[in-house]
Amino acid sequence: MQIIKDKHIVDDTWQYVSDDETIPAGDVTLSLARWQQEKHALIHHAGRLGVRLQSTDAVTELADDLTHFALIELDFADFADGRPFSQAWLLRERLGYGAELRAVGHYMPDQAFYLSRVGVNAFYPEKFEDLPVMLAKLNEFSVHYQRSVH
Amino acid sequence: MYQYNEIDQTLVDERVAQFRWQTEQFLRGELSEDRFRALRLRNGLYIQTHAPMLRVAIPYGLLSAKQVRMLAHIARTYDKNYCHFTTRQNVQFNWPKLEQVPDILADLATVQMHAIQTSGNCMRNTTSDHLAGVCVDEVEDPRPYCEIIRQWTILHPEFDYLPRKFKIAVSGAVNDRAATQFHDIGLHLVKNDAGAVGFRVLVGGGLGRTPIIGKVIRPYLEQQHLLSYLEAILRVYNLFGRRDNKYKARIKILLKETGIEKFTAMVEQEWQLIKDGRELATERVEEIKAHFAPFAYQPNAVGDKSFPQHLDHDKAFATWVKYNTAAHKVAGYKAVFLSLKAPDVPPGDITDAQLDAVADLAEHYSFGEVRTTHRQNLIFADVKQADLYTLWKQLDALNLATPNIGTVTDMICCPGLDFCSLANASSISVAKEINDALDDMDYLHDIGELKINMSGCMNGCAHQSVGHIGILGVDKKGAEWYQITLGGSSDNEAAIGERLGPAVAKDEVTKAITTILDVYVKQRLEEESFLEMVKRVGITPFKEQVYADN
Repeated sequence: MQIIKDKHIVDDTWQYVSDDETIPAGDVTLSLARWQQEKHALIHHAGRLGVRLQSTDAVTELADDLTHFALIELDFADFADGRPFSQAWLLRERLGYGAELRAVGHYMPDQAFYLSRVGVNAFYPEKFEDLPVMLAKLNEFSVHYQRSVH
Repeated sequence: MYQYNEIDQTLVDERVAQFRWQTEQFLRGELSEDRFRALRLRNGLYIQTHAPMLRVAIPYGLLSAKQVRMLAHIARTYDKNYCHFTTRQNVQFNWPKLEQVPDILADLATVQMHAIQTSGNCMRNTTSDHLAGVCVDEVEDPRPYCEIIRQWTILHPEFDYLPRKFKIAVSGAVNDRAATQFHDIGLHLVKNDAGAVGFRVLVGGGLGRTPIIGKVIRPYLEQQHLLSYLEAILRVYNLFGRRDNKYKARIKILLKETGIEKFTAMVEQEWQLIKDGRELATERVEEIKAHFAPFAYQPNAVGDKSFPQHLDHDKAFATWVKYNTAAHKVAGYKAVFLSLKAPDVPPGDITDAQLDAVADLAEHYSFGEVRTTHRQNLIFADVKQADLYTLWKQLDALNLATPNIGTVTDMICCPGLDFCSLANASSISVAKEINDALDDMDYLHDIGELKINMSGCMNGCAHQSVGHIGILGVDKKGAEWYQITLGGSSDNEAAIGERLGPAVAKDEVTKAITTILDVYVKQRLEEESFLEMVKRVGITPFKEQVYADN
């Protein structure tokens, strides 16, 4: 599977690990609940860690954990749920999170431009064939009124 | 008025290109209904009973003559030669073709207009006082701040997918003409003890199904913090507003369920974290203010002798001046209302030919600008008194001089069942029937100030709950019925109307209204307005008469 990262189409190297699976070596993404339960063991994991957030998760509660993550996924259960836009903003602007911030789930390519402006730098598309369109849409507007997150 | 710079123009042009692509994608079947719906609504496009409806933004109700001609062109080229002004000071076209909407938006963009965020669960067009900048009771002209807010709200990356729609209104005057207490955010320009102008911030007002009067969460906000404070409110709302039930998703419900103290604390806490370094630059504010600088008024306009003479000699003219003009801060000038409530016309509708004529008159008599009001009329804000008589005759010839502003027949009315897919009942035909029954202008003028607001469904687009008389269409087993409320007001002393009693059948509405008016005429005290009388006596005397035969 490929994704967009920093405006390039690249291979996705991360493994999705569900809550009842054994954690393999390498780069893995885990649910927030699993991270919270197994935090002390997980910081010794042989590989990089990513955490998957739902739109209802309070990101500010992760303030002290962020240095452990090389990836945070913001999952859109529905494109109309706009909370991930604020979660992204908080992670970048308030909490200073600097590693990969990735949109996943059911969002539209038409939302990618906004997402990039609140600090999302990686996009896992709903459909693989959306990738070129989504890439183009990251440059859909050449101007804007508000400050962007960088 | 504000003129686009290169950034504004580029943004609007790129938005048109984006929507053209989205429309084509939808028409090719590559974009699902619900996704296209979210995207088209954010470009003002509804799918209605008969055809799509396109709502075009008129930021804080201000139009240039050139823009008015463009509306005429669109009505003529893409629609059925008319359009409809709304209670959000916007304009709607009822018959565009879906595949032509990108072309309409491209035409609009050539005159610095757009339909961005006129619908959908996002920040909508910011509204304001229709007499801003010219009225006699103003603390400061709110329009520069409206423009600053317009820019901030347009394509805001964080706040375009809110739990529900979000409306902001700004008033700069002592008397609130912008219904700011019934907006998600209401801003009042006020002076602090040191004389510095800032904002009183209200949150959580709204009409619709659950009418609520907004509450003050900050009595005074320094001007430079305007956008950071709005951002704090919107972030709290975006994160914590309910998304499980669309009828409980407005910020008014969040405020109510959280409690004002806790809600205010959440906003203030968020604001403290973002406010520093985000202040509006004074130069930026001054630059925007320059767009709204007063016109070059004639210093001797008040010296004109013809105006008082015409007032003395022409009773019809004097009546029109009394009802359809408002005081202007510059002596010798008046603000002139163009009534879009002629008896034979659906409230708020105007034809392409009238629009073209209005544009010409605006250039000739009012510095080339036209305003829209939330009561669905138009205004020439800056007319010399010497020109009033000639202007009146020309407006009269255009059927735009019915002397009924602020009276019973100056009804706010939604499109209702005739056009709207949400409506339960008609409103235009009922409005016409009421109008027909009240064709005696002297009677109308004797009744004086009385606002009737009528909506064809619970969504309350015509703000019936704040009408002095409110009429709400409901569906009862497939038949159209109407609930009547009395005593609502969106002015300074805001109030939500009280229900008179059981809903009445469609053919009983006019009789109920005329009965209510008769009770008022018979029982009022000297100089007492309808609203004052309702406050004094309550609804009982009206109720007794309206339901007397049942």
